[in-house]
Amino acid sequence: MPAEKDPCLSGRGVTKVFGFGRTRTVAVDHVDFDFHEGEVISIVGESGSGKTTLAKVLLGLINPTEGEVYFQGKERDIGSYRKKKEYWKQIQAIFQDPYCSYNIFRKIDTVLLDCIHMRGGRGLPRAKKVELMAEACSFVNLKFDELTNKYPFELSGGQMQRLMIARIFLLKPKILLADEPTSMIDACSRATILDMLMQLRDEIGMTVVFITHDIGLAYYVSDVVYIMENGRFVESGSADNVILHPKETYTQRLINDVPKIYEEWDLSTV
Amino acid sequence: MEHTLRQVFRSGKFVAGFSIFVAVLLIVFLYPLIVPHPPLEIISQGTFFPPGIYVDVYDSIGSTTHYTLNLDDAVAKRIASKLKEEDRLAMKEWLVAAGLSESEIDAADTQSLMDQWVNNYDPKTNIPGMTNARRNYYIRLNTSLDGILSTEGAIIAARNPDTGVLEEKRIIPQSEYVNVSEVANVRVLPLGTDNFGRDVLTELVKATTVSLQIGFVAGSIATLIGLALGLLAGYVGGLIDDAIMFFTNLFTVIPSFVLLILISFSIGQERRGAVTIAVVIGFTSWVWTARAVRSQVISLRNRDHVNLSKLSGHSIFHIILADILPYIASYVVMALILQISAGILTEAGLAILGLGPKTTLVPTLGLMMNWAMIYQAQILGKWWAYFPVIITIALIAFSLNLMNTGLDQVFNPTLRD
Ligand SMILES: Nc1ncnc2c1ncn2[C@@H]1O[C@H](COP(=O)(O)OP(=O)(O)O)[C@@H](O)[C@H]1O
Ligand SMILES: [Mg+2]
Repeated sequence: MPAEKDPCLSGRGVTKVFGFGRTRTVAVDHVDFDFHEGEVISIVGESGSGKTTLAKVLLGLINPTEGEVYFQGKERDIGSYRKKKEYWKQIQAIFQDPYCSYNIFRKIDTVLLDCIHMRGGRGLPRAKKVELMAEACSFVNLKFDELTNKYPFELSGGQMQRLMIARIFLLKPKILLADEPTSMIDACSRATILDMLMQLRDEIGMTVVFITHDIGLAYYVSDVVYIMENGRFVESGSADNVILHPKETYTQRLINDVPKIYEEWDLSTV
Repeated sequence: MEHTLRQVFRSGKFVAGFSIFVAVLLIVFLYPLIVPHPPLEIISQGTFFPPGIYVDVYDSIGSTTHYTLNLDDAVAKRIASKLKEEDRLAMKEWLVAAGLSESEIDAADTQSLMDQWVNNYDPKTNIPGMTNARRNYYIRLNTSLDGILSTEGAIIAARNPDTGVLEEKRIIPQSEYVNVSEVANVRVLPLGTDNFGRDVLTELVKATTVSLQIGFVAGSIATLIGLALGLLAGYVGGLIDDAIMFFTNLFTVIPSFVLLILISFSIGQERRGAVTIAVVIGFTSWVWTARAVRSQVISLRNRDHVNLSKLSGHSIFHIILADILPYIASYVVMALILQISAGILTEAGLAILGLGPKTTLVPTLGLMMNWAMIYQAQILGKWWAYFPVIITIALIAFSLNLMNTGLDQVFNPTLRD
């Protein structure tokens, strides 16, 4: 474990409370974590356990009610919009639902152009931009020529999510938060997308925070696993440790919920 | 985009409303080209001339060609127009009161009735219980009956300028006709004239134009202010939201119509032009647009496509314009349509209270209602002075609201039946 390295993203007592009075929901409840560079970290929990909320806090899209987030060893400072923009050059995300992730009024190439511009490529000649976009598309097995002048909603869910990966390919962030990137798409595309994601990670060496409700998937992709229940991290550690030797009954239950296809690993009896 | 438009134009309600509205616009646009009379020109001496075709008597007589038509019912019609059913009954009543037996009198037989009348009627006869007004009525009736059965033509005489003596020029037989298209002066007044003696239809068309302009200006101003404040409050949130909502709540608590009355009153009659009124209406009616836009924006601002736009480094300005505005555009169009409709109605309400635009420059639908009310058209039964105005206001409001309902059904599929 690269424990001696400084963590690139960590949190102490991070809490997010929605609403007040009777509608008060503690979505994220005093979580502590240290994500190290180059690792693939999985956050596993059932639906409603606060995974997406935590991801949005980490992205700086919502402010935590309590607690601090540390980025590259220092307390994260995203007070101004300009600082946020700098932050987002280093930390990016893929959202759960590709159908909601795109502005339906903007064409696909503008989505990719935004990424080039964000990395300072605004002044590049048009041909160079097209070349970059085409390269990103071919990385995710999409044909850029067929995509120009199309709107995102004209693609399938799997294609949209691949386009999201193409975005990350262009942006080359330090950290990627992938919030259940495969949960809303058909089973066939799932493996492809996961493979592309892992391939991209190897290519640009980023830290990946992989959020999922599927502990089998987490075991398959990650180095470190955090188990989340009702906004709290109940268990964490290396994937082998947590999944092969679960201490919590909640973790146990998550493992038992895994569909039969993973049975050959025979996790529950190890 | 084209897809949405196609859907919109497939909605029956929208198309119905849109057609009515476009028809009103077309009339308003084409009418002045065809009938270029000045709308506020006073043409009638006297008020509330009934609707009809007005033919110049002098020109009819002087018309170059005269035609003879032998129509069977011409005499009957002439008599009927001078001797109405109620006049016949009144004559019978007088004759009975004067001592004739009821069975002797046949009110339907003009010839015998006239004979009996001429033989018996004497204005000096005192009939007990008859009011003075009634007596005068009989005197008037008697004079009008003079010559009713005559088949003589009318004689035209002109004064000789040298001698000052009347000289017979021509005899006009009763069966002589002129063709209206050959008469030099004919004025069609489909809706008669109003209390000032102005052509109601021409005035109404101009009033509709001005009212639509007022509605459009007021609606646009209200929608723009409401949109800007709603976007800002909803998206930026925090202190700006608090400040804007405080301001908005202030306006909500004070009824805008009362505010409008106070402002209109303090501006003063002289400086209240149509544009001023429109601007004032616009500045007092943005409140609910602002509230509605704000709540729409609040539900949009945490959507993932907005988050993605932020992650792509876009400015707040860009996000509001590109990621929020298109999503509420259909809503804003609907709000605009309702605001236009409300603007027209508000102007009418203000003008009826006498707080509308000043009355000397342009007519508006509200001003026409105001004039009709002040001159008691509704009491005098001069329906043409106010009824067409009501119909026009109702038609415009109806068509705009119908369009709005149609749009609502297209954009909120849950409402579709
Ligand atoms: N914007 C919000 N307002 C109020 N409650 C929210 C909001 N977002 C999430 N929640 C609540 O927070 C809890 C965690 O939600 P979420 O983070 O989406 O869970 P997960 O991603 O693990 O399914 C849920 O109970 C959800 O209802
Ligand atoms: Mg989630």
